[in-house]
Formats: sequence, structure tokens, C-alpha cells
Amino acid sequence: MKKGSDVKRYVIIGNGVAAVGCVEGIRSVDPEGAITIVSSERWHAYCRPLISYYLEGRAAIPRMSYRGEDFYRVNHCELLLGVRAVKLDASARTVALDDGSVLSYDTVCLATGSSPFVPPMTGLETVANKHSFMTLDDAIKLEQSVDTSSRVLIVGAGLIGLKCAEGLCERVASITVCDLAPRVLSSVLDQECAERMQALLESHGMRFFLGDSVAQFRGNCAIMHGGAQVEFDALVLAVGVRANIGLAREIGAKCGRAIQVDAHMSTSVSGVYAAGDCTESYDASSGTIKVMALMPNAYQQGFCAGLNMSGHSHEYLEGIPMNAIGFWGLHALTAGTRYSEEEGGQTYVERDAEHIKKLYIKDGKLTGMILLGEVERAGIYCQMIRSGRALDSVDFDAMQIRPSLSALSSSERGHILGELV
Amino acid sequence: MKRVYVNERWCLGCRLCEYNCAHANSGVKRMSAALKGRRIYPRIRVEEVASTRGSATGLVTFAVSCRHCIDPRCVRSCISGALTRSSEGVVRIDKERCVGCLTCVLACPYGAVMEGPEGVAQKCELCSQTGYDSPNCVAGCPNRALVYEERI
Repeated sequence: MKKGSDVKRYVIIGNGVAAVGCVEGIRSVDPEGAITIVSSERWHAYCRPLISYYLEGRAAIPRMSYRGEDFYRVNHCELLLGVRAVKLDASARTVALDDGSVLSYDTVCLATGSSPFVPPMTGLETVANKHSFMTLDDAIKLEQSVDTSSRVLIVGAGLIGLKCAEGLCERVASITVCDLAPRVLSSVLDQECAERMQALLESHGMRFFLGDSVAQFRGNCAIMHGGAQVEFDALVLAVGVRANIGLAREIGAKCGRAIQVDAHMSTSVSGVYAAGDCTESYDASSGTIKVMALMPNAYQQGFCAGLNMSGHSHEYLEGIPMNAIGFWGLHALTAGTRYSEEEGGQTYVERDAEHIKKLYIKDGKLTGMILLGEVERAGIYCQMIRSGRALDSVDFDAMQIRPSLSALSSSERGHILGELV
Repeated sequence: MKRVYVNERWCLGCRLCEYNCAHANSGVKRMSAALKGRRIYPRIRVEEVASTRGSATGLVTFAVSCRHCIDPRCVRSCISGALTRSSEGVVRIDKERCVGCLTCVLACPYGAVMEGPEGVAQKCELCSQTGYDSPNCVAGCPNRALVYEERI
């Protein structure tokens, strides 16, 4: 065993998926360093998207833990729950907590996630029963505030708002969703796919006001800009999220809309790393820097940060926007970047009553996709997007119709299916 | 660790592996009772590609199942923690924890994770969960196109 100053001290602020990735990254190379995790929540690490499944009754709290109950013990982590990191001192390498204690670190990872963004809305203070939908505690509070007679208004038809709607659907009397965007799931779907999804949601009784927003709240009534009045018993605000960048900004770390990290997940401040929803990073599908607040990236970034924090140089440059969302068995799997014809892109489209496939091609590469309905082997397309592989190196005529390893050469297939990968 | 490997030169395209997989995963002893008249959801899938070389039918066939990757993207992408990699290297899915979001289908570069009949994801677990001694697809492969062995 190493003693004293030989043992590295790691502090991870946040306890979500990026934090778990960070722990596993550190432990893959450093079994002995001291890891302390600071979280303002009271739960074992859980994955945020599960909270809608919790509402739906498909995920119970004991089964929502992202790792086994012995995760922190096995990985020798000190877990500080219900405390908040309030200040970093990057030169002294300390973190001050809101209980007055101070932690010293050699390297720190900011895995602080994001918070609901609530824009100023006239009369919002007159609404008594209002909620965010980001944390398990939000979901529990929302669950307790509704019953089968409740009329629920959800502001925001994005991923969070609609998964909340699905989770509540069987438990309340009615659900109305409004969004300033002209379509549902505007961050991941195009108009045509969004209309299909909306039709399905409407068939389950949801009502939509799109391209419209609340002009004013008067107690339990929302008056829309379009003139409609929506009575409700519970209000959910799911307008959007903002990265939690306060700690980073205070120490002068470069931030845009989120904390900027390089391929090593290092911020611009020495010894300070960041991972997950609080970061903006390289998108391999577009070659640009952006916020990709998505689960798979959070874990991978955390893992990469963990490796670098323990002194092992490792790059993560494979992040792309990717999202899997489904409602009542209709799945939409999306990835990458969609370029319009004006931007030099081409689109391959298939559609029938059950499914829509759109593949976006630019400069001889697959850059993006939307698969609605039929999603088998979607990962083969996703890999093409992630790797930026030239389409002429595969049989893309066949692959665009049917994603399959059959589009690869026999020798490449031999490697994948006959060797350790 | 032993894994299932396929050599497409020997694959007949008979799809027995698909049936033997579905049988092993059915929990039902008699094959006909388990499979006859039912849609099957095998975790190994035979695919085909047109080829003029060495094939009178003009087709080359091969079976694809989970590669049990050393660094599995499905596990790293799983939103619920249902997918795990054991210390030996078997990538498993806990169906009780899976919520059926299919992020793993999006993540797997080989197309080897799929939605199962219960609306949650499924994949080859090398028959570690079926009660069979070894992968049933390999045991029933008539031309030894599938093997279960350790390769480095």
C-alpha cells in the first residue's frame, strides 16, 4: 500500500452517471487513491431519465440505482450526500462545502449536471402546485401532488416534458402540453417524424398547443398567447435546462453555454476536470463544440476524466448527439447532425405507415439519422456517423436499405466476428 | 474467456442457430412446444450478402451475436444500469432493470442487441442464463461454422 502523499486525492462534485464513469475510470488504473463524492441529492447514483419510468411504475426506487448497492464500498469512495460544494480554490486545490468543511484534492471533476431553466412568466407566482422534472425528488413530489382527477399542464414538449407526460398519463385525468416550438421533440425530430409521434401521443389523450406559449398564469389557469385558456391542477415546467457552471466560472474556467473541456475532459484550469451535462465538448458528427447533454456521453466523458485525473493520458473524441426515445412502443432513435440541401447535405428517405427512416449524408459520409418505428441494428448506422467513415468503403447502397455487417468486406467481417473486439 | 465466433466460409445459412437460441431462452424443454407456431426472438441472427465467389446460390451467409466486447458501448450507454460486464467478461442484461429505451440498440456497432418480446432489450449472454452448459447455437451448428472457444 502507498502511504500519505503518494496516495492521490480525488474529489468528484456530483453523483450522476458522469460521476460513476469517473469513479470507474479512476479505479481502472488507480486502486488506492482516495475518492470523495459530493452530492446535494440524497440518493445512490441514479440515471435521470429513469424518473419518468418511476412515475409510470416501471422503475422502483431500489432498482433505480445505476450501480449495485455496494458500488461505493467496493470502489472505496467516501460519499457525502445532502451537501453542496459552494466554492473551489484552484490554487490551494480545495473545495468548500456548505456544511463548513473543506476537502483537499489533487484533481477534481465537476460532474454537476444541469438545472431546469425557468424563464420569467407572468403570474407564475400565483400557481401553487408547480414542479420541475429533473431529479428523483422532483418526481416523488410530483407524484404526491397529483391523483386520478388531476389536470396537468406541461410547459415544454421536449424529451423531459414528454417523458413526464407519458409517465403521468395513466395516473391523471388529463394532460396538456404546450411548446413555443412548432413541433414536439424539436431537438431530436424533424417535422414529419414529430407529427407521427404527436399523433400517437394524442391517441393516448394528450392535448397539444404548439407554436404557442403561456402569456399569463392566473392561479390555476394558463392564458395562452393564442388566446386559449387552459385550466390545470398541476403545472410542470420543462422548458429547458442550463448547465451548472457556477463553480467553474468562479475560478475562471472557460465557459460558453457550459464548461469547456478538451479531449482529456480537462477544463482551462489546472487540476480541474469536468464531465457530463455541465460540459460542452467535441461533436464528431459535425466537428463542432457543443453541449451534448446525453447519457452515453456523460458516462464516457466521466470515464475519460477519471483516467486523466489519475495521470493516464486518454482522449475521448467520439461523442456525438445520440438519443433513443420511445412512447408506447414507438421508438425514435436519432444520432448525429442533419444537414439540409442548402448546407450541402443529401437525404435518403424511406417511409410507410409503420416507420420512417432518414439518413443524412454529406461529403461522402453519413452524418446523421432518424429512425422511427423500425430500429433494428441502428447501431451500425450510428457507428458510421461516429467514425466518419467514407461511404465508399462499404456497400452503402445495400446498407442504406438495411443496416447490416453484410455491407462490409468479408475480411472486415472476419475480424469482427472471428476475433476479440 | 470463451466467446462465440463465426466463420462465414462454413455457414450454410440454415438458421438452426436462431432456433436453438430461441429454444434455449424459452425455458421450455421440448423444442416444438417452445417454438412451433410462434414468432421467435433469437439473440443470434443469420444475415446474408450477395457474392459470386465460391457460392452457387450467389449468397454468403453468416451469424451475428454479441461479441462480448472488451469495452462494450452498450454497457457504457445503458441508462438504467441493466447492462453490465461481468469480471470474466460476459456482457449481461438484467431484464428487471431494463426500461426498454433501446439506447443499447443505438450504441452497438454490430447490431447485436435487439428488442425482445417483452419490450425490453435482449442479447446473447453465452447461455449463462439459460441453464445450458454452453451456447446452444454452437452446440447445434451442423457445419461448425460457429465455435465456442477462447481466442486472444
